[in-house]
Amino acid sequence: MAYKIDDTFCTGCSACEPECPNQAIYEKSGMFYIKPEKCTECIGSFDEPQCVSVCPVDDTCIIDKSYPRYVAA
Amino acid sequence: MASMFENSSILRLKPLGGIKVEVARQSGCGTSGGAGKSSCGSSDGPADMPPEIWEKVKNHPCYSEEAHHHFARMHVAVAPACNIQCNYCNRKYDCSNESRPGVVSQKLTPDQAVKKVLAVASEIPQMTVLGIAGPGDALASPQKTFDTFRQLQEKAPDIKLCLSTNGLMLPDYVDEICKYNIDHVTITINMTDPEVGAKIYPWIFYNHKRFYGREAAQILTERQLLGLEMLTARGVLTKINSVLIPGVNDQHLIEVNKAVKARGAFLHNIMPLISEAEHGTVYGLAGQRGPSAHELKEVQDACMGGANLMRHCRQCRADAVGLLGEDRSDEFTLDKVEQMDVVYDLGKRRAYQQKVEAQREAQVAAKKAALLAQGVDDGMKVLVAVATKGNGKVNEHFGHAHEFQIYEVSATGTAFIGHRRVDHYCQGGWGEDDVLPSIVTAINDCHAVLIAKIGACPRDELKEAGIEPVEKYAHEFIENAALGWFADYRERVAKGEIVHQVRGDAAIRQGAYLAA
Repeated sequence: MAYKIDDTFCTGCSACEPECPNQAIYEKSGMFYIKPEKCTECIGSFDEPQCVSVCPVDDTCIIDKSYPRYVAA
Repeated sequence: MASMFENSSILRLKPLGGIKVEVARQSGCGTSGGAGKSSCGSSDGPADMPPEIWEKVKNHPCYSEEAHHHFARMHVAVAPACNIQCNYCNRKYDCSNESRPGVVSQKLTPDQAVKKVLAVASEIPQMTVLGIAGPGDALASPQKTFDTFRQLQEKAPDIKLCLSTNGLMLPDYVDEICKYNIDHVTITINMTDPEVGAKIYPWIFYNHKRFYGREAAQILTERQLLGLEMLTARGVLTKINSVLIPGVNDQHLIEVNKAVKARGAFLHNIMPLISEAEHGTVYGLAGQRGPSAHELKEVQDACMGGANLMRHCRQCRADAVGLLGEDRSDEFTLDKVEQMDVVYDLGKRRAYQQKVEAQREAQVAAKKAALLAQGVDDGMKVLVAVATKGNGKVNEHFGHAHEFQIYEVSATGTAFIGHRRVDHYCQGGWGEDDVLPSIVTAINDCHAVLIAKIGACPRDELKEAGIEPVEKYAHEFIENAALGWFADYRERVAKGEIVHQVRGDAAIRQGAYLAA
């Protein structure tokens, strides 16, 4: 149901934050995190997940497997 | 091609991206070029450019070669996000030991940035320019960038504002740029051919989508050139930064120079690629090398007569504070700024700036006198290295120099060619013999090195390497000193005391400038 940000890779550049259509991304002491309950994987908003597309470091924004995949209502 | 338009005030350009633009001609500084004209705001000062342009550039160290001796700039890192990926950049690492250009160790919110700027400007009256230049792209985080500019325009109206961008979002923000009186914009343009661009940019993020390779480069170049045209039409001064990547865009940069000149670019700054494996960039890891000093100068020389070339760029870190080639950012960390009691004293700042005006006039007069003393021009041109700590004078000890400024001298004048960073030779009073060979390599293309003072040991070694150490012109104006030495040199050649020989190439030291 959601993407998550791997904080071992995140550079804290903030590029993802304004791109998220659900305002699911927030900053905490220089790092960025995704609120899983708000993330829609951009389904219904864009063709590709925005945080994944804009992130400068590959494999930083990844699917959080502890949640089932998002299904549009 | 460009010279056809030299006398017309309006230039009609091929429509780009389906939009037709009329571009008012930016009659920058001496676009007619000519021998020895290597950079904007040359030592001739206001004579070679319209007064309104001189007013804009005269106190801007990045736009005026002459101003960089006297005025300081600072950058604030409020906009770390980026929307394109470049092979010479790696966003992964970011520590205070970083030595790549454009890197920063402390991110600031707009409010923190404004406080820092006011603190620095109160302490350093030379600080006339504030830039938002990365890391990242100023226009990829437009809210943070423009919030900072808006506050500064209110609180420190005498500070010139500028921003640096990759140009992807530029056309969308030209109105906003004009609203905050940002009169200097730098655009990094490394190519106008998508084939070349595909080798530099793996991808861009545009309209909520990633584009790759050739398609990405096509969008980027169209947006960059459109943005440049729009800024020119609005009378905003533009500097184009190009990274010279040997084997990728070295010859192509001559085309880039023509393209940006035709669209009214005020300055073109061709910089060497900085690439080391330890930086972890695609180029660094692939072993892509940077250019030698000779290779860089060759491309810069081929572009003379195009847009005015800037050769005094120091490739600063993005959070640099101070004169170009100097970094005082450690004095203004966030913790220290928070504790400062800042009083913004406009009067003190104006007084300093007036003092500089007087000094500049003296400098121009001294150069004129030295030129008159030159003999007949026989076409001889040589390079000299100069140790200076500011004010446009030969006033640095050889052992204390952390960079040398390089001037090309001929009987018709002097031209600033660039600077070479070196490691300090003198460490705590003792000469470091390991360092000397690297200094010799850095200025190996020079016939002489002008210094305020030099020790016996390095003096002998320089002579051995064929570089003449000259202390005779200590504390004189640089151009005056270079011309004086040159007249003397030619006299000795004419008398047969010495034989004129061609010098070899020099190496460019890697890493962004970090003052010790």
